[in-house]
Amino acid sequence: MSEEPKPKPKIDLNRREMPKQEEHVRSHNFLEVALGYTAELAMAEARRCLQCKKPFCIADCPVQIKIPEFIQAIADGDFAAGVRILKERNSLPSVCGRVCPQEEQCEKHCALTKRGGTIAVGRLERFLGDWEAAQPEMALPELSSPTGKKVAIIGGGPAGLTAAADLIKAGHQVVIYEALHKMGGVLYYGIPEFRLPKAIVDREVDYLRRLGVEMHTDFVVGKTRSMDSILEEFDAVFVATGAGLPWFMEMSGNNFNGVYSANEYLTRINLMKGYAYPKNDTPIKRHRKVAVLGGGNVAMDCARTALRLGAEATIVYRRSRTELPARLEEIENAEEEGVKFHYLTLPVRTIGDDRFNVTALECLKMELGEPDASGRRSPVPIPGSEFILPFDSVIHAIGNSPNPLIPQTTPGLTIGRKGNIVIDSETGKTSKERVWAGGDIATGAATVISAMGAARKAASSIHEFLMS
Amino acid sequence: MVKILENKMIVPNICTITVFAPEIAGSVKAGQFAILRVDEDGERIPLTVSDWDAERGTITMVYVMVGKTTQKLATLTTNDTLATVVGPLGNPMEIDLFGKVICIGGCYGNASIYPIARALKEKGNRVTSIIEGRSSYMLYWQEKLKTVSDQLIVITRDGSQGKAGHIGNLKSILAAGTPPDRVIVNGCNYLMMRAAQETLPFKIKTIVSLNTLMIDGTGMCGVCRVTVNSSTKFACVDGPHFDAHEVDWDELAQRRKAYLSEEVQTLRSSMAQ
Ligand SMILES: Cc1cc2nc3c(=O)[nH]c(=O)nc-3n(C[C@H](O)[C@H](O)[C@H](O)COP(=O)(O)OP(=O)(O)OC[C@H]3O[C@@H](n4cnc5c(N)ncnc54)[C@H](O)[C@@H]3O)c2cc1C
Ligand code: FES
Repeated sequence: MSEEPKPKPKIDLNRREMPKQEEHVRSHNFLEVALGYTAELAMAEARRCLQCKKPFCIADCPVQIKIPEFIQAIADGDFAAGVRILKERNSLPSVCGRVCPQEEQCEKHCALTKRGGTIAVGRLERFLGDWEAAQPEMALPELSSPTGKKVAIIGGGPAGLTAAADLIKAGHQVVIYEALHKMGGVLYYGIPEFRLPKAIVDREVDYLRRLGVEMHTDFVVGKTRSMDSILEEFDAVFVATGAGLPWFMEMSGNNFNGVYSANEYLTRINLMKGYAYPKNDTPIKRHRKVAVLGGGNVAMDCARTALRLGAEATIVYRRSRTELPARLEEIENAEEEGVKFHYLTLPVRTIGDDRFNVTALECLKMELGEPDASGRRSPVPIPGSEFILPFDSVIHAIGNSPNPLIPQTTPGLTIGRKGNIVIDSETGKTSKERVWAGGDIATGAATVISAMGAARKAASSIHEFLMS
Repeated sequence: MVKILENKMIVPNICTITVFAPEIAGSVKAGQFAILRVDEDGERIPLTVSDWDAERGTITMVYVMVGKTTQKLATLTTNDTLATVVGPLGNPMEIDLFGKVICIGGCYGNASIYPIARALKEKGNRVTSIIEGRSSYMLYWQEKLKTVSDQLIVITRDGSQGKAGHIGNLKSILAAGTPPDRVIVNGCNYLMMRAAQETLPFKIKTIVSLNTLMIDGTGMCGVCRVTVNSSTKFACVDGPHFDAHEVDWDELAQRRKAYLSEEVQTLRSSMAQ
């Protein structure tokens, strides 16, 4: 039998769209906006992958998921195999598939990107994570035999959860201490339900619990118990306390009622379920006109939340649309839902009434000048261009610094200029013996996946230390 | 889940609650607080830890029944559980050998100054405790306070016990005898503000423990913002103890009222149930 030359596969550039809730429906509810691929859509998308010999997608992934392999498994319809490949490198696929900035990472240099047909890696990742969760039984991986070593993890965000997964699989005993009453860190209190349903976070946390990770919520290390006392009981400690210290723009009027940090606003809604008030006890004001200061993902989350609570939401940003640091997908979602945008506008003062309630924002008009160090054109105020916009609420979504609780209460930790814990970037080691750190506490506010990547490096360094 | 060992009303509208929280009992210092959540749907409220027993692993807090959460709390009894008790939060009160110190408490402050007076006394200070209330039947923990104070002065508005009047009497107390080296005031914000006005002309260092709205208590949300000495502080991590003469009292009072209309609404709907 003579071998027939394989026909060259036709390149399919049709990136499959993921069904979404209609904008006029979703802007009134807290249900997830994107609905996910069906198995058919996922397989059709997966079959488009060229299975490059030298895949750029892996190189651009902070945890180096074997992307072409899991995509091939989807194409073959073997979803269980896909999950196994994915989970070798990423313990939170349902989360990352939803919140990672794929366009900056795995999808950026996809061989099909130049031709306008980038493979939807994130959507496929999400599909597998959700497929697994829908199965009657989530398979538990083999754990190595117990080493008898104990590791404490401080902070239950993505960095803490990831390190816990790696270390328990390696046979160590793992205990997580979390300050809030729910595990998940920003995944729980910050990112809104309509982008990342809390049931998914609970599910991932539950999976770790079933692996044997011990979790103590309502436990503030540095207050409930000092780091040094924890070090007496444990062989190693991983600090993953995140970037929880909110910034406010420097201007007058920040303490009027109706002014919030993004953290407070989102925490009231997500962690405390304020949208169910008064059934739930934590109150949330029903503001009518909400200004959100900032242009990142957090700002989009706040504006879209305000909208769902029935307010008119406006993003006030000092540069133009092209400079918005938020992901394009989030900007488009916000625009579709009806969030307003005031570009080239610098807030200079919050105005309130005699009962301390916000009534307006005084702003200056800006124009774009020369590009700054970051390459973005820096905005310059136009003198005399002051104007007033009426609002009854102002949310500051301009960033967070590392949480200062551990740095302030732990002797022997070297702290950087921005309040971050200084680590060796390869190992996550801090200046204090037997203490590692990673995620936002070390880098300042960054991304879920970079926190997870840092956690995996630290976990492997901790493992090496414990076994030597 | 944290077990309640005792929960009872001690004077009209004011209750004490003792819970089993050994980690907190082992590390709490005078002036620190805990955050409680009654049940899964509950809000988080801060309460000062007013007494503790490290050996038995218990902490005691005193609360005034004002809103839905404290009303709900009051319905619980021994062996019931709370969804959250986290702490100790905030900084401890600065305790040093100051010399003569006056500790003033009103409302829940009758209790929350007790561990402060005790720590000051142990340090060797001469401690005068002053408690104030509407009437004698509103005062409590007097015997406990006496054991940690050189002198206990009682002020009631109706004159049913001790001096008749209110915190304005502080002026005459300060004017008589040697002035104290420090005054510490715990209670409602109005009491603390008034006390600060009384000590200002005498230039006596006055420390107050502010009670702001709080959510996390770890510096994450910023709802506890207060203006002190013209700069914004987070009461949960920078305080709650501040120099009374530097606090912006108007702002504090207005910020406390932020959710007043919502609170009234919840109370109504919870009473209707
Ligand atoms: C609103 C919002 C939206 C975001 N959207 C995205 C997105 O779409 N994609 C993305 O990649 N990233 C996003 N981010 C950023 C991302 O969430 C963070 O980079 C990531 O969560 C950092 O993980 P972490 O584990 O380091 O810290 P965190 O998630 O902050 O977790 C730290 C945990 O430690 C706890 N803790 C703090 N101090 C103590 C202590 N002393 N003792 C015990 N526990 C303590 C905290 O309570 C918290 O639970 C967003 C952030 C926010 C705020
Ligand atoms: S209570 Fe949230 S920062 Fe103080």
